[in-house]
Parts: sequence; structure tokens; C-alpha cells
Amino acid sequence: MKRPRATAIRLTLAAAAVCVFAGGDWLHFRGTDTNGVSDEKNLPVTFAEGKNVAWKVPLPGRGPSSPIVVAGRVVVTSASGPKQDRLHVLCFDARTGKLLWERQLWATGHLVGNPFGGVAAPTPASDGRLIFAFFASNDLACFDLEGNLKWCRGLGYDWPMVRNDVGMASSPLVLGQTVIAQLDTPGDSFVAGINTDGGETRWQIERQKGAIWASPTVLRGKTREEDLVLLQSRSRLSAHDPRTGELVWEYQASCHTISSVTTCGDDVYLPGWGLHALRYDPATRGVKLLWYYKDRFLSTDQSPVVHDGRTYTVQSKSILTCGDAANGERLWQLRLKGDIWATPVLADGRLYCVNQDGLIQVVELGQQGKLIGTSQLDSPVLATPAVADGAIYFRSNEHLWKIASPQE
Amino acid sequence: MRTSCRLSSALILLTACTLPAVAGDLEGSLRTLKAVGPKGAGNRQAAQAWEELARADAEQLPAILAGLDDAGPLAANWIRTAVDAVAQRQLQRGGKLPAAELERFVLDRRHAPRARRLAYEWLLRVDPAAPQRLLAGMLDDPSLELRRDAVAVRIEQAAALEQGQRDRAVAVYQEALTAARDPDQVNLVADRLRTLGLEVDLPRHFGFLVRWKVIGPLDNADEKGFDAVYPPERELDLKASCQGKHGEVKWIDHVTRDNYGWVDLNKALVEEKSVVGYATTEFVSKDRQKVELRSASYNAAKFWLNGQVVYQRNVNHMGSQMDQYVIPVVLNPGRNVILVKVCQNAIMEEWANWWGFQLRVCDANGTAILSTDRDKPPAAK
Repeated sequence: MKRPRATAIRLTLAAAAVCVFAGGDWLHFRGTDTNGVSDEKNLPVTFAEGKNVAWKVPLPGRGPSSPIVVAGRVVVTSASGPKQDRLHVLCFDARTGKLLWERQLWATGHLVGNPFGGVAAPTPASDGRLIFAFFASNDLACFDLEGNLKWCRGLGYDWPMVRNDVGMASSPLVLGQTVIAQLDTPGDSFVAGINTDGGETRWQIERQKGAIWASPTVLRGKTREEDLVLLQSRSRLSAHDPRTGELVWEYQASCHTISSVTTCGDDVYLPGWGLHALRYDPATRGVKLLWYYKDRFLSTDQSPVVHDGRTYTVQSKSILTCGDAANGERLWQLRLKGDIWATPVLADGRLYCVNQDGLIQVVELGQQGKLIGTSQLDSPVLATPAVADGAIYFRSNEHLWKIASPQE
Repeated sequence: MRTSCRLSSALILLTACTLPAVAGDLEGSLRTLKAVGPKGAGNRQAAQAWEELARADAEQLPAILAGLDDAGPLAANWIRTAVDAVAQRQLQRGGKLPAAELERFVLDRRHAPRARRLAYEWLLRVDPAAPQRLLAGMLDDPSLELRRDAVAVRIEQAAALEQGQRDRAVAVYQEALTAARDPDQVNLVADRLRTLGLEVDLPRHFGFLVRWKVIGPLDNADEKGFDAVYPPERELDLKASCQGKHGEVKWIDHVTRDNYGWVDLNKALVEEKSVVGYATTEFVSKDRQKVELRSASYNAAKFWLNGQVVYQRNVNHMGSQMDQYVIPVVLNPGRNVILVKVCQNAIMEEWANWWGFQLRVCDANGTAILSTDRDKPPAAK
């Protein structure tokens, strides 16, 4: 489907102008706005031991979950033990890397899963005040920034047939007073909106059977009261009011089960058998298709990143593809090295791509993509990096790194 | 049941008598935390109680740990995080933990296994020499994590003995194998024993059932077989035949030689898609006892014990691993009949070829419980 180019460009420029950036904190998987974009500047292009490594700390257990950054703290989850039934929540001082507190939980739900992922697959989330740690066992715990346990839910304990024996991986999203957890499995499935303050279920939507590893995504409104949560299923994308779970709109499409939808302003980019570009109209509370080309802009398992009128996707064989967000035209491609599982993050006109071997490839974005720096971590990386306060954070099973230019 | 309640009450009373007195507010806090229920019930009250508990002195750690003895899984996480908060704060202040009391707690097997392990881990922070002192006596510990560490020590000792003291190494490995419950440790020890020339009967070690009667293939077109009630579900007559997918089918004997008891229905019956197979066996129990049936399958499967469905899951080819399904049941004294239904769907890709299951009988710690008529096992591969 094509649209007149001029109109599309105008629309995209308008959308790009209202893209919401989150500075300072990085509160979710793919950042505060769940789009993998940061407005941080002057991040290092390369690093090595002794160069731009602010600190590096060991982590217990293992986990592909991403770090989040909240109020000068870096929070990471992991799981340990032969069954990975020990669930860790660790909070580090972002400035020094000092461990401020660690809390452990015992998993109350199922632990069966592909060892490639792990029980600490979902990334924790925060509203800036509280931390919500979620695990593949469907345990959801809320801590304040000092490590005080505020509430704890055993969603797997409460609903034992909600289980995915490949492993759960969807990360929670916090909007207003609601933390949203998506539990789409081959068996019983639901999405729950849980009260951030007391842990009670505010709403619960029963879902069709079908495993989804993608995460709930925010479609920002003009005010936070107008924010919507986007939920992928195998056959549709739906938008809901996070306060009530009420369905606002839906779009029928075969959706990617792992790669998550992303947004830029009112535009929505849904990975499926190609990228679906949609535009949300707040006035009508409806959505329309801008463009879609089957098999173009395929994602393997990472999520797309959209910024400044450009789409960025990584497909099989680690081919980074840049597209025109206005019309879906393919602009350039760049082959990167290794298998890339983590979603790239975009900051300061650069895309930071980390592959499973721990190789970080920094691509300068422009008329063409140009590889301008590579750095090697000493262990494999599955986690999407976090960007906050002039630093980029990488985590592997063994370590958490803070990469930042030395301060003057 | 009544006896176990009385024992639990006695244990709690004994615990209360032997531990330092818990301040009244701590006792109340623990009571509030233990009252949390499913679906978030009691969370708000628990948050207040947690903060009180987390303010306790480090000397009260054993008393708080003892609160785990009769805590349910949800409450346990409230209590254990409070333990972490108290201990971590104390160490960050440069204070000490009550090492002697923690050690006494660890060694007291009347306490909950996970509470003892938690006490052990905090003890290690202040007494790194504790493992050398404690692990030697933990090879049969009810805490599987403490036992695992004890097994790891034995494995190291045996490995060191392999050069020059083969017989001693074998003896230590066998000790380790008897104690080991985690598959990775069991595999490691079995490999070493086989290298040293010994046979290892892993199905027996784990309690996998290896002798079955199987029947099939029956029809699973459009995946309707999972809900279809075929003759083996109505009446289990091993001499009777029934209508299969392609004609009459009969029960046949099947003995799995797999180390992990996998019953491969592609081999035992036929390699085909959209089919249903049944497997049945008898388990003779010396008395009425609670056990766990632990099973795994890549296929949609149903499980019956003595004619009652005890578990079912209609999911195909979405991952599997040992002990995927843990099914608590009560065995009758004497003969018990286990029936398993396994459905293969229509997916043709190679990754969806697997059709079968494994099933073992064990206690809650994974210790094998064997049928009293289990004969000498077939040689494991």
C-alpha cells in the first residue's frame, strides 16, 4: 500500500516533531517510552578496560533481562540455582557501581524453559518511585528505591496453568498507577493491570491461547492520562486504557511473537511479516494503516527502532536496514557481525548494537549507515542496553558495565 | 494428617522454646506476613509488617528465620526479604551477624530446609570457613541446596582420588550419587563412574518407570484426540483391542532403555502425525503414601492414576524438560494403575517429530520411590 509521498513526508515530520524523549532515567525494557531511543549525548563510541569503563560489577546467577536506571540507581534482575528458582533483584549506585541492596525471592511459579533464555528474562520496570521486578515464573514483586518490599504477587502460583515451557519473557510496563503484565502462553493466558500501590488486580483481560514473548508498549498521549498500552497477540495489535483495560482500538495483523511494537509520536510500528506503519488519531481514538510491505523490514527477534523519520530493523544474518518512516522505502542496509538478540538503542545519532558474542557495534546514522566503533565485552550479551545520565549500561550473565566518557 | 498436624504444632512449640524470645511486635509482624494469600490478599497489611520486621536487630535473625517454618510460598518471600534487609543493613553498618546462632539454626533439621539454607548463606558472609565445617554432614540433608553443596565437595574429593586410588574414588563417587538429586550432578557422577568401569542404573536412581504397555495409533485429526474418550479411558482392558487410526490396535509391551525413561512412541508404535497413543503400567506401593508423579512430554498429554485424571495439558511442542509436570498424588497400598495419553499433532517440521513422555515416582525432594515389584533393571545405555 502506497500513499502520496509529499503527504507522507509531512505527516512523518509532524510525528517526528512530537516524539517523546525520556531523559535521565531509563524505566522500562527499551527505555521509559519503550522505543529504544534516548536523548543522551556524548556517549562513548568505543571502550575497553581502562577506557570509558566507569565501572564493572559481577552479577549472581544469570539472566537476559535489561538493566533499568531510576533516580541514580541501576536495577538488574537475575536468577540462580540449578533450577533458577532463586530470583535476585539488585540495586547499584549508578555513580559508583556500589551494591546498595539486594533482595532475593523464591520462585512460586513454573520454571521450565529453554535454558537460552532463563527465569530472569523479563526486564524490571519502574515509575520512578517504585521498582517492579517480574520473572518468567510469573512472580511480580514491588520494592521501593531503598529495597523495602511493598507487595508481592505470585501470578504463576495463582494461575498455575498460565505457563509457557519455552519460557516467559514479556517485560512489564508501568503507566500511571498500573503495572501491566502480559502473560500470553500456549495455554491459559491473560493480561493484568495491577495497582502499583497495593498490588491488587485492577483489571484482567482473558486472552486467546498463543505464546507471546513481546512486551506491552506505551503509546504516549498528549498527557499521561491519555497514554495507551499496546498489546500484541498472534493475530492483532490492540490498544487499551491502562487504568481500566478497556479496549480503545485494534488492528488485525499477524504479529511477531517476540519483537515488540514501537512508537514515535502518534505513529505505531508493528513487526509482523514486515513492518506495519500505523497512525493513531487521538481525536477519533482510531488507527489507520500508513504503509506495509510484506517481507520488508523484517525483524528477527529484536524490536524496531524509529527516530527522526527513519526506521531501523535488524533481520536475519544481522543486516541492519534503514527505512523511510514516511513511506516504507528502503534507504540503506549494513551488515553487522554476529547474531543480534538485543534490541539496538539509539542515542546522539548513533545506533548501539550488541551481539550475542558481546561485540558492540556503533553505527553512525545518516544517508548511509557507517560503522564507527566496535568494542568487545568479555561475555555473551542478550540484554538490550540501558542509556541514562550520560552513560550506557550493558549486562551479560556475569557482569554489569557502565560505559561513560570520563568526567572533566 | 492429624499426626502431621500434631508434629508441626510440636515443632513450632519447640522452636519457640529454643530460640531467643521474639519481641511481641515481631511475632505480630510474622503473623501478618504469614496471613498473605493468593491474588494479593493481605499485601497492604504485609507491607507495614515487613517494615517493622526489617527494623529488627540482627540478633533476632534466627527468630525471623524460624518464621519460615510454617510459612506458605507467598508468605515465605515476605519473610526472606526481611531477613535479607536486616542482615544486609547490619553488615553495611559494619556490624556482626549472630554467627553461632545462625550455625545452630543451620544444623537444626527441624527448621524448614529453605530457612536453613538462607541462614547458611548469611553465615558464609561472616564465616567463610563454615562450609568446611558443616558440609561434610549434609550429604543427606533435606535442604537440596545444602545437599548439593555437600555433593559437590564429594565430587571434588573423588576426582582428586581418581589418580592412584581408584577404589576409594569409586566409593566416594557412589556416596555422591546416592545423595545427588540434581540431574547435572547425577550425570557428572554417572559419567565418572562409567569411566571407572561401573554400571550406573539412572532410571532406578531417579525412579523412572521403564516397563509399559502401549497402544496406538488412534486418531488425532484436527487435534480432537485430546478430548476424545477412547476405549482405554473407559475401561482399561489390556487384552482388548480397539479401533485405531488405520484399523484394530492392541496393547503391546514396551521397555524403555533410555537413561531418563523416555518412552519414544515413534519407535514403540509408529512414526506418524495426528495420532494418539496410550501407555499404562502398574506401580505396587508398600503402603498408602503421598508421592509425586513427575512427568515430561513435548506433546499434549493426560495422566490418570487409578482411573482418575490427575493432570492434563493440551499444549504441543512448546518445550519440555525433566520434571516438567509435578503431580502430587496419593498411592493406594498394593497395586496402582497409571495411564498416560500422549497426542501428536500435525506439524510436519522436524522439530515437532517428538512423540512420547517420561514419568517417574518420587518424593517431594526427588528421591526415587520404587515399585516393590521392580525387578533388576535393564542395562542402561
